Amino acid sequence: MYSQGLIGADGRTKEDAAFLAAFQARIDAEEKIEPKDAMPEGYRRTLIRQIGQHAHSEIVGMLPEGNWITRAPSLRRKAALLAKVQDEGGHGLYLYSAAETLGVSREEMTEELLSGKAKYSSIFNYPTLSWADIGIVGWLVDGAAIMNQIPLCRCSYGPYARAMIRVCKEESFHQRQGYEIVMTLARGTEAQKAMAQDALNRWWWPSIMMFGPHDSESAHSEQSMAWKIKRFSNDALRQKFIDATVPQAEFLGLTVPDPDMVWDEGLNDGKGGYRHGPIDWDEFWRVVKGGGVMNRDRIKARKKAWDEGAWVREAARAHAAKRAARKMAAE
Amino acid sequence: MAEATALWEVFIRPRNGLSHRHVGSLHAADEVMALQAARDVYTRRGEGNSIWVVPSSAITASDPDHADEMFEPTADKIYRHPTFYEIPDEVGHM
Ligand SMILES: [Fe+2]
Ligand SMILES: [Fe+2]
Repeated sequence: MYSQGLIGADGRTKEDAAFLAAFQARIDAEEKIEPKDAMPEGYRRTLIRQIGQHAHSEIVGMLPEGNWITRAPSLRRKAALLAKVQDEGGHGLYLYSAAETLGVSREEMTEELLSGKAKYSSIFNYPTLSWADIGIVGWLVDGAAIMNQIPLCRCSYGPYARAMIRVCKEESFHQRQGYEIVMTLARGTEAQKAMAQDALNRWWWPSIMMFGPHDSESAHSEQSMAWKIKRFSNDALRQKFIDATVPQAEFLGLTVPDPDMVWDEGLNDGKGGYRHGPIDWDEFWRVVKGGGVMNRDRIKARKKAWDEGAWVREAARAHAAKRAARKMAAE
Repeated sequence: MAEATALWEVFIRPRNGLSHRHVGSLHAADEVMALQAARDVYTRRGEGNSIWVVPSSAITASDPDHADEMFEPTADKIYRHPTFYEIPDEVGHM
């Protein structure tokens, strides 16, 4: 999920003009760039950062939902949620492997996450307070992730694009199971419907912030677009997401918590669209910089998993060494 | 820094009659764990019926910087293609 709002990309690069022009020509010809190909340092650095943030987001994203597995209201819901969270773990692994092809090690990335140096999507620093949140997260958060990830399937960097194709195939069940949960609540008792509305109220704004700052404010976006790492601007994808989601909320009889939202004939080249009200970017940056409710808990949970898994990693290595020695002796 | 575990390349045969195809990579301490991890990471939805794992360090790759010398010479050997040879239409499909 979630790397549209790449935090702190730096596409500056020092190669000479001829090298950059030759590289750009390959990009413009829609050639894929593969791991051992010559590439500008800025391209490599931007991708390591973006794929790393993306991978960390998948892994940290397991926490808010994993939190509800034992409390899922039925066996059907529990099996689905378990499968979804397992998928997110898989997404993280595909992405870490893609980043590793650029010369960064898995251990470095893990350490950057645990030390707080690496960022991940801010959305996961919000708490999942009720069962309705699990529905809303699947519907909105995975929905926003899909919007962002579909164009990444055509990213100029081959290993990232291939990882995204695999991820996109798996995502659509995530969004559908979420929507089904919300639909069940919306058609339930008054209290259940209120629970769904409350969750939508809390997740709507953070979800549309997932697409990152407005185009006018995202400093490094242009270079990423030129290199075809990104295919659409933050605002374009956000608009697509809103236009797709508002009718889905209406179908459920739920209200998107944006009193300023209006239908605007002029949007989307005259096809019309929902114009959203002002986004609270102070809130966005506050959470990015560590001021969200769950920032500390998320990293604490990842550290705990890493530390408590140390004996497993050691045992696996010891076992592998023993088997290798036995095999050698037998030969 | 934590100790690195070996990297493995994963190949999956989607079904009998097709070749194993590279699908990605993963870290594991040995080949037994690499196979188990490959099953969990790459075949959660019936993607295949056979898995190969190969240590990434065992792969020798051609150098992309020398791709021209390596592959260019085949481009001008058009006589390797059937369309190079002229056979009259009357002969029929060949
Ligand atoms: Fe995911
Ligand atoms: Fe997902």
